[in-house]
Amino acid sequence: LSKIPCGVVAPEVTMPVVPLFVDRYFIHWYKADVKGKSCEDHCIPQHSNRICVTTLTESHPVLQSGKTIKSIPCQISTNCSRLQNKVSGKCKRGAQFLTELAPLCKIYCSDGEAYTVSSCVRGCSMEVIENILHKPSILQEKPSTEGYIAVELPKFEESKNITEGLLTQKQYEEVMVKMTDCRT
Amino acid sequence: MFPLTEENKHVAQLLLSTGTCPRCIFRFCGVDFHAPYKLPYKELLNELQKFLDTEKDELILEVMNPPPKKIRLQELEDSIDNLSQNGEGRISLSQDGSIASKNSNLNVCNVCLGILQEFCEKDFVKKVCQKVEASGFEFTSLVFSVSFPPQLSVREVRSFACIKLYVKKQSLSLGRDDIVQLKEAYKWITHPLFSEELGVPIDGKSLFEVSVVFAHPETVEDCHFLAAICPDCFKPAKNKQSVFTRMAVMKALNKIKEEDFLKQFPCPPNSPKAVCTVLEIECAHGAVFVAGRYNKYSRNLPQTPWIIDGERKLESSVEELISDHLLAVFKAESFNFSSSGREDVDVRTLGNGRPFAIELVNPHRVHFTSQEIKELQQKINNSSNKIQVRDLQLVTREAIGHMKEGEEEKTKTYSALIWTDKAIQKKDIEFLNDIKDLKIDQKTPLRVLHRRPLAVRARVIHSMETQYVDEHHFRLRLKTQAGTYIKEFVHGDFGRTKPNIGSLMNVTADILELDVESVDVDWPPALDD
Repeated sequence: LSKIPCGVVAPEVTMPVVPLFVDRYFIHWYKADVKGKSCEDHCIPQHSNRICVTTLTESHPVLQSGKTIKSIPCQISTNCSRLQNKVSGKCKRGAQFLTELAPLCKIYCSDGEAYTVSSCVRGCSMEVIENILHKPSILQEKPSTEGYIAVELPKFEESKNITEGLLTQKQYEEVMVKMTDCRT
Repeated sequence: MFPLTEENKHVAQLLLSTGTCPRCIFRFCGVDFHAPYKLPYKELLNELQKFLDTEKDELILEVMNPPPKKIRLQELEDSIDNLSQNGEGRISLSQDGSIASKNSNLNVCNVCLGILQEFCEKDFVKKVCQKVEASGFEFTSLVFSVSFPPQLSVREVRSFACIKLYVKKQSLSLGRDDIVQLKEAYKWITHPLFSEELGVPIDGKSLFEVSVVFAHPETVEDCHFLAAICPDCFKPAKNKQSVFTRMAVMKALNKIKEEDFLKQFPCPPNSPKAVCTVLEIECAHGAVFVAGRYNKYSRNLPQTPWIIDGERKLESSVEELISDHLLAVFKAESFNFSSSGREDVDVRTLGNGRPFAIELVNPHRVHFTSQEIKELQQKINNSSNKIQVRDLQLVTREAIGHMKEGEEEKTKTYSALIWTDKAIQKKDIEFLNDIKDLKIDQKTPLRVLHRRPLAVRARVIHSMETQYVDEHHFRLRLKTQAGTYIKEFVHGDFGRTKPNIGSLMNVTADILELDVESVDVDWPPALDD
């Protein structure tokens, strides 16, 4: 279920009788310490139709208080801009293919730190950073929903395998308990 | 009155001697009125014989090469007498030009292979009609379609080309285009016979089709020889069993020059041993269409059967609950269900219901009174409480267009039960009532993105009406443009629908229930029940 922010009890927030939209149709997968960087965890909600959304978890440094995002360039390398991804038709022709380690974007903060967001799953890129481009702060305001980084469509044949390298919600929570240095 | 005249005599003589039947002789001579063809075969033979008999002196055949020879009329008469006998051998023009009169085998016409012999007569028609009656179709008219083996065209062209060779140009005043088409003559004879036997008129526009397909395996090679003359007329095409389709054969016959043709086929075709075989006699009725409007009262019913890997995930479906009854009553082979848009499994359709149309494929029964249709509607409604049907009626194929028009152009109204994370008061939702023609942009919802193109759809929410329920719930009635994703307008779909109820109210919103209140299409016409 959607987490209540740590240490804060909000009396008005109540859970509906049925699970929220993000939980009804999505299974949440996690990758901790992406690329070996401590606390840079990603959360990948996966829809029952296999589509994956890349989001950051609340433990991610960029979402900690005091951080201001300066810019999120879409140019990954000289030849690759995520915004050049033009997808057409039902078969999604023209989509860039992403591997698990593919960089989606780099987030530059005003304190000089830069964080790379990674794909975490294999699939055709549907959309990358479009939603946060106009207002990067959305990433910090609503990291689990509106502040998503990317949408990917895994290959049909691979739908069962793509989450092999990822942690389930339960597994992630266990990892979190062990690693206390993410919590300030 | 016998349709052939003096100038047809040479041709008629020659054709008969090569084994051509009287009706084909008529066709070659350009006889284009129906009556002569309808006479019985035996009578035609006798008449033909009498006609050819009028000159007792010898017929002189002038040929280009070799020099003219004489044929004794008596020999020709003998061979005609042998027509009805089942003998071996045939009449042929031998090298020195004399007709070798063996026992003729004019039993099988060397051009039509029996089509204008036994296959156009009453007995055969009766056989076909028996099959038609046994098939159990209900019909008030019929269209008759017949298919002949392509080699008949080859034989006709070949016969004509050879005859031309042997007869002086003046006496052959007819060209290849003057030959009456085999299919035409066949229909002149058989249409009245079918009409009489089945008691219905032949009508080219009829939905009920009787089709007969003939084949003649013995002479399939006739077509293959064409390929020798013109190899690039017969290029092997993908997925085609035989390259020698009727189309390809006709094209080749038109393309090949006469002299090339004659090099390959220097003499007329011979009579085969057997007549054509009937490959199939089939009946089929064109599709009929039934339209209506349906209500859906279940939150657990898909529009179409939900089957994954052969396993049915949810019992039944809207289309099956309606169509199964129609399939049975119309005795149709299969159906195609379509509707003016559709709703999700968990959404009810209230109000007037949603227009739908069902195409019933190859129905055996097609005539129903409006009373019978009303009863059928009642039957469907009695058999399930998950769906209800109204305005059930027969419609034309053209009318379906109205329904699909509705899908893209007409408005719909909905009622949704909405949950909010923050506590709300009545005043917090009032502003929604005042918003008119709200423009929203919807990226393809994630839940359908795997099977729909990625796009942004601009849509309009025409009006909204709220009803407060409690601190975390309210009901929302909305009137929207066709093609609006309502659920996504409520919960925002990761912010991919903007604006959405959550963003308008600055809360996290979710949709708990959705009903379609109306589909604003005025088709099919409402019936007073």
